[in-house]
Amino acid sequence: MTPRKKRRLMLLLVGLLFLGGGAALVLTAFQDNIVFFYSPTDLATKQVRADQRLRIGGLVEEGSVVKEGKTVRFKVTDTAKSTDVVFTGLLPDLFREGQGVVAEGHYANGVFTATDVLAKHDEKYMPPEVADALKKSGQWRDPATQGKETGK
Amino acid sequence: MFGLQNPTKFLKFAKLVGPWFALATVLLIGSGLWIGLFASPADYQQGETVRIMYVHVPSAWMGMFAYTVMAVASAIALVWKHPVADHVAKGSAPLGAGFTLICLVTGALWGKPMWGAWWVWDARLTSMLILFFLYLGYMALSGAFDNAERGAKASAILAVVGWVNVPIIKFSVDWWNTLHQPASVTKAGMPSIDPAMLIPLLLMGVGFTTFYATLLLWRVRSEILQTRIRNIRLAQIHGEG
Repeated sequence: MTPRKKRRLMLLLVGLLFLGGGAALVLTAFQDNIVFFYSPTDLATKQVRADQRLRIGGLVEEGSVVKEGKTVRFKVTDTAKSTDVVFTGLLPDLFREGQGVVAEGHYANGVFTATDVLAKHDEKYMPPEVADALKKSGQWRDPATQGKETGK
Repeated sequence: MFGLQNPTKFLKFAKLVGPWFALATVLLIGSGLWIGLFASPADYQQGETVRIMYVHVPSAWMGMFAYTVMAVASAIALVWKHPVADHVAKGSAPLGAGFTLICLVTGALWGKPMWGAWWVWDARLTSMLILFFLYLGYMALSGAFDNAERGAKASAILAVVGWVNVPIIKFSVDWWNTLHQPASVTKAGMPSIDPAMLIPLLLMGVGFTTFYATLLLWRVRSEILQTRIRNIRLAQIHGEG
């Protein structure tokens, strides 16, 4: 390699190093703005204003869904803490107990009033027969308990 | 690199392997689509909508892969000044942009029935949109100069700098909480996707790769030939004057 090529290569590598470092710093600094939703634990530790629009995410707690006409009440949990959510409107197809959910709205007096509810899908893909077989043989791992195992 | 930086050798290589890549593409995407659309099971949660994945995921992979090829070729062009590397980078951009667009559109089509939204501004979706804009910016910049060499240099720097976005896309679902689900195939341990669904997905993934390779070889070949024609014309003009 000629000295000129070597110099250009070094310049490029040093430039990339600085660029990577800079990007890492920026992303760490904006951590709070990049997260798509807060967990119920985050919500308990953070101070949020009543007029602040935010999203919370977690799993729909088993047995917590109560429907009153078009209004639905349910609890969102991250297995450590849970938050009460009230929502009026149409729920997405994947909304069900034990499934991931993201709600957008306002938090005041311990109740989260959602204006939008999105279903969150997990990374598991399988045919229905396999899911049934896993449930029957007792190898089914519920997302609510799996969260604890992986420490998320 | 294997003598391929020599345009004449590259032309020979492209002519030799191009048809084989094309044949592999037809076989892989053909079988992948058939298994994915007809001969694979529906998902226990998503139902038939899961079949969008067989196009969405490979195009997302190729969007990132084509950008990586573009960035590496640009770095080689910047340091070693091999003309073929410039052609590879330039030829890769519209292909990658196409794959990224397919990924974004199919993702929206999946998101509406599954999440309840066509689009959300979470880290994964936003970084993928930035990738699409990087491609567009690269193509605009490389064509914005009267002097083709200066255009190539400026856009090569953009391609290398923009590569920082690729690991951000890949790890966005691990670093931040997002609406987009985390990786199923490349996670630690077993892929959390049933073999009956993994097979068509991988067939499509390899098929998309050979498809990209076929088109890239074709584009680079025509770029080299175009440069030669231009040089011959210039020589003729100067010869007459």
